Amino acid sequence: MKEKSRSETEHVAGNGLLHRRVFLAGGAAAMGAGVMADQAAAAPLAVESWMKIPGAPFNGYGQPSKYEEKVARTWASAPGTGGTGSSRTPHHLLNGMITPSGLHYERSHSGIPDINPDTHRLLIHGLVKRPLVFTLDDLGRYPMESRIAFVECAGNSGALFAKQPAPANVQAIHGLLSCSEWTGVKLSVLLQEAGIDPAAKWVLAEGADASGMSRSFPIEKALDDALICLYQNGERVRPANGYPVRLLLPGFEGNMNVKWLRRIKLTAGPTMTKDETSKYTILLPSGKALQFVFPLEGKSIITHPSPGLTVRGPGLYEISGLAWSGYGKIAKVEVSADGGKSWGLAALQEPVLSKAVTRFRMAWQWDGGPAVLQSRSTDETGYVQPSRTQLIELRGDRGNYHNNMIQAWAVAGNGEVKNVYA
Amino acid sequence: MSMRKFLVAAASAALLALASPAFAQQSPNLGKPISPEDLASWDISIGPDGAGLPPGSGTVKQGEAVFSAKCQACHGEKGAGTPNDRLVGGQGSLPGDKPPVKTIGSYWPYATTLFDYIRRAMPFNESKSLTNDEAYGVVAYLLNLNGIIPEDETMNAQSLPKVTMPNREGFVVFTRGK
Repeated sequence: MKEKSRSETEHVAGNGLLHRRVFLAGGAAAMGAGVMADQAAAAPLAVESWMKIPGAPFNGYGQPSKYEEKVARTWASAPGTGGTGSSRTPHHLLNGMITPSGLHYERSHSGIPDINPDTHRLLIHGLVKRPLVFTLDDLGRYPMESRIAFVECAGNSGALFAKQPAPANVQAIHGLLSCSEWTGVKLSVLLQEAGIDPAAKWVLAEGADASGMSRSFPIEKALDDALICLYQNGERVRPANGYPVRLLLPGFEGNMNVKWLRRIKLTAGPTMTKDETSKYTILLPSGKALQFVFPLEGKSIITHPSPGLTVRGPGLYEISGLAWSGYGKIAKVEVSADGGKSWGLAALQEPVLSKAVTRFRMAWQWDGGPAVLQSRSTDETGYVQPSRTQLIELRGDRGNYHNNMIQAWAVAGNGEVKNVYA
Repeated sequence: MSMRKFLVAAASAALLALASPAFAQQSPNLGKPISPEDLASWDISIGPDGAGLPPGSGTVKQGEAVFSAKCQACHGEKGAGTPNDRLVGGQGSLPGDKPPVKTIGSYWPYATTLFDYIRRAMPFNESKSLTNDEAYGVVAYLLNLNGIIPEDETMNAQSLPKVTMPNREGFVVFTRGK
């Protein structure tokens, strides 16, 4: 009997999904042999000008290469405003787990305020023994903690509720998600200093921007992992992301991670602000709306390939993407290349952290035929990312928020990738 | 006290401090105390029970004048919307599968939120510029446009929390897995 080739033994699911081992020594060589034979020879090597002439001088703050100008946020503003609306992270042009600070998504309700850190104050009051005011210098002297955490707008991926699949890419559909290393002072430390009145059950957080964006959250979150952030990816938080100080409520919907934080008020109940009543509530077919839906559920998206990243002919590819859960760590990600008929286990890139994005990777031998690529996450609580049909069955398609349904990308014979419902 | 006795006493005090819960909560203690009067300018949030509502009042008619001058350009005549959010109508549009019309009248559960939001965030290019009387007036006008209060009603710290919004019972607190 003829021995099975290496590639046949490495199949983990239909339509060419392979175990990631094929990328390691031996596997790739065995698979690549045939492909290499077809490659035209490379052109003779040029000695370019930059190999001969001294390069640019130093500068104070580095910028990406001028050849990377297309790696940029896209945005939409409310009518009559310049900075009210949202901008989106270009996930199809990034890799790894950290979003560069200048590409972190933005959601602002009255532009980006130009805050002088010397006059900025953080007030803690309400149901406390001693109302307290902190300067930025004060906060800088407290013991700090760092954690890598995603922030995702509750409205992210809402485009997938549309009746027909929009001709849109991963940035347009899923770009309201980013992940940074955040460093700051635990809110619990400051609350203990102010002295918590036992009647305090909720916390109101308010921004110093012109909209005074404000949200309520349960005091348990404040005493658990809420962080008053001064730094993002090692440098001071960027203006668009809350300079000089923002609240981080790991795993909770983006709107609650109040930027430009000026005030924390302890209260007996939720304040019922505009954003926690008229917005960020999920309208069900019954006419009732779900309120206080705080953590974002388990979710994943394939970023490579995705619309705009045309697959260039049959061969071996890496499918990769991001998975995350507001309830903890990602336990596994499965990938399908046949529209959900069969699923194979993707490799999870270390580190796999609670309430952070996890990069997943899967090997794929594309035969040049039609394929529908999907990813499905399971988090450490056992929650499995739902299909589009399952989520709409549960909540209808008018809820706008917390859309975590499985995304499908169709790859056509010519290699073009597009958003489809599968 | 001899040096030896002093050291024993100091060590005991340190052990006590270690054992007491207060020790675990030590911090640089840099927060500066502030009086209610001095923080009042920032304490602008209004609870659903009306906690925090300031003195002052406004009528539907007074609010109409303020709305025409400062709100209409973005929210349309009588709050009909365009270019920005529609503020009126949509009652009965929430159930079913057609696109809902979410407005103050059809969706907002608390009238107090209106005062809170208008005073803190509107008018868009000049937030926190309305007097309390003007804010009460605009709230009264918008509630009247939505058929929630009669034309002769006055809104103030006593009357506003008593307004029952049409969608007051329209919200269910989320529980995971349900």
